Amino acid sequence: MIDMLSMTFMQRALIAGLLVGFLGSYFGVFIVQRKMSFMGDGLAHAAFGGIALGLLLETEPMWIAVPFTLIISIGITLIRDKTSLEMDTSIGIFFALSVALGIIFISLRKHYTTDAFTYMFGSILSVNTSDLIISSIIVVISIVLSFKFWRKWAYATFDPELAKADKLNTKFDDYLLSALISISIVISIKLVGIVLIASFLVIPAASARLLSSTFFKMTILSVIFGLISSLVGLFLSYFLDLPSGATIILIQAIIFFIAMSLKK
Amino acid sequence: MENKTINQENENVVVFEKVTVRFGTHTALEDISLEIKKGLFITVVGPNGGGKTTFLKLILGLLEPTLGEVKVFGEKPLKNLTQAIGYVPQIKTFDRSFPALPIELVATGLTGNWIGILSKEQKRLALEALEQVGATNLAKKPLGKLSGGELQRIFLARSIIRKPRLLLLDEPASGIDVAGEMDFNNILEEYKKRQNATIIMITHDWESAYHHSDYVLLLNRVKICYDEPKKAFSEKWLRIAFGHLGHAHEMIFGVKNND
Ligand SMILES: Nc1ncnc2c1ncn2[C@@H]1O[C@H](COP(=O)(O)OP(=O)(O)OP(=O)(O)O)[C@@H](O)[C@H]1O
Ligand SMILES: [Mg+2]
Repeated sequence: MIDMLSMTFMQRALIAGLLVGFLGSYFGVFIVQRKMSFMGDGLAHAAFGGIALGLLLETEPMWIAVPFTLIISIGITLIRDKTSLEMDTSIGIFFALSVALGIIFISLRKHYTTDAFTYMFGSILSVNTSDLIISSIIVVISIVLSFKFWRKWAYATFDPELAKADKLNTKFDDYLLSALISISIVISIKLVGIVLIASFLVIPAASARLLSSTFFKMTILSVIFGLISSLVGLFLSYFLDLPSGATIILIQAIIFFIAMSLKK
Repeated sequence: MENKTINQENENVVVFEKVTVRFGTHTALEDISLEIKKGLFITVVGPNGGGKTTFLKLILGLLEPTLGEVKVFGEKPLKNLTQAIGYVPQIKTFDRSFPALPIELVATGLTGNWIGILSKEQKRLALEALEQVGATNLAKKPLGKLSGGELQRIFLARSIIRKPRLLLLDEPASGIDVAGEMDFNNILEEYKKRQNATIIMITHDWESAYHHSDYVLLLNRVKICYDEPKKAFSEKWLRIAFGHLGHAHEMIFGVKNND
């Protein structure tokens, strides 16, 4: 155990896993209660377009993917607000557009490397120190903001009309939430992979929902489930030599089924 | 507030001045002018789509008039009126999958925000409000498992917990049985007396509007009439408001009107 912790890449993976586990399970409670599960998938695929552009330009893909995904998330919310289209339709449009752009960007690259594959399925090995620094900053920002905004987001999740009647600026709050979710998704991609990222946002929160009578308990429980899954999943993936993201999700799913059976 | 003078009694709580609301090309309300005095129980009656909810939303500041001006307590809505106004929304907006307890929903009336952990004082006030609406037994039942009528009581408790001077209710009686509705109206009347509050309630129940309100606002895009129940529920006005349905008033009020 000590031996393993002394290996820097495993240390990085654990820290990254806990950060990503925290972000997914914390923002997941809003995603699940606002019935935006599709949003996680949509934004992860939006990030793919940004990553592919980064690879094409031969810069650090994250620096392109973060603003790219942010713009798409704002676009999704704008279309929902300005037209009579539902959120899922709006997500579906940007989902397809981003993937199409991503495929075109990748096809434009002269030499093919396997890194695009890494982003699809995630890998511990790809997590570097600068990823950790970015994730830590986002986690600190979300924790600080959540003291102020958890209540507002919770209230608007329960009923946007009531929140508006109580003079909350739900529009601003929604954009802020979408922005933080987009950034969280992008920084989770290296570890978890685009294909599986939505589960980080959905499974711990859904398990917590089954066992909670209040939204506050649901939030706490979801974060606990998220952290435990990341920790156990990463150790398992190390000892059994399995892909990290997929193993963590297996643990999340096991917790979900236990929660379901406890619910009877 | 305790020693009210005649002047304050005549104070206008809500003033509409030539208010028109359009949604695109559709006119929901047209040229409404109206003064609602303090301490009255007003019911708003009119056909579906007649603009009743729109009327309340203007007072809440949730909507802005396309033309004209709305003033509440002498100010434009949306300016720190939170404490002074209580609101019971039309029930359809509620999301049953949200994990919450009635006591939490009631407490949002205090803070205008969701609360993670209720303080002792917040709990006490929430229970007190629940008691006033006869729903103490529901305090810890999951919100998603309440019946429509039970939920309406919770929303009522939520709206009176901050002791507002103006209480707005959008069809609070829908989904409540007859005995429950009489009870509901009595709770409102009692609240009005205790707090010297003004109540504006949308209802489709003419009979309870007739018996409980001081004034009735008949609304169908335009202000048809704003008068005492006996006058508002005359065949003439009802016919204008509801078209051919106006004759129904004889079935309900025919006997009483001849008294
Ligand atoms: N946000 C909106 N966008 C477009 N049209 C709207 C909007 N809100 C209301 N309307 C229209 O304005 C009219 C008045 O609506 P409102 O909800 O005020 O009616 P109401 O009297 O409350 O009806 P009900 O008895 O069915 O509750 C309706 O024709 C409705 O379709
Ligand atoms: Mg209505």
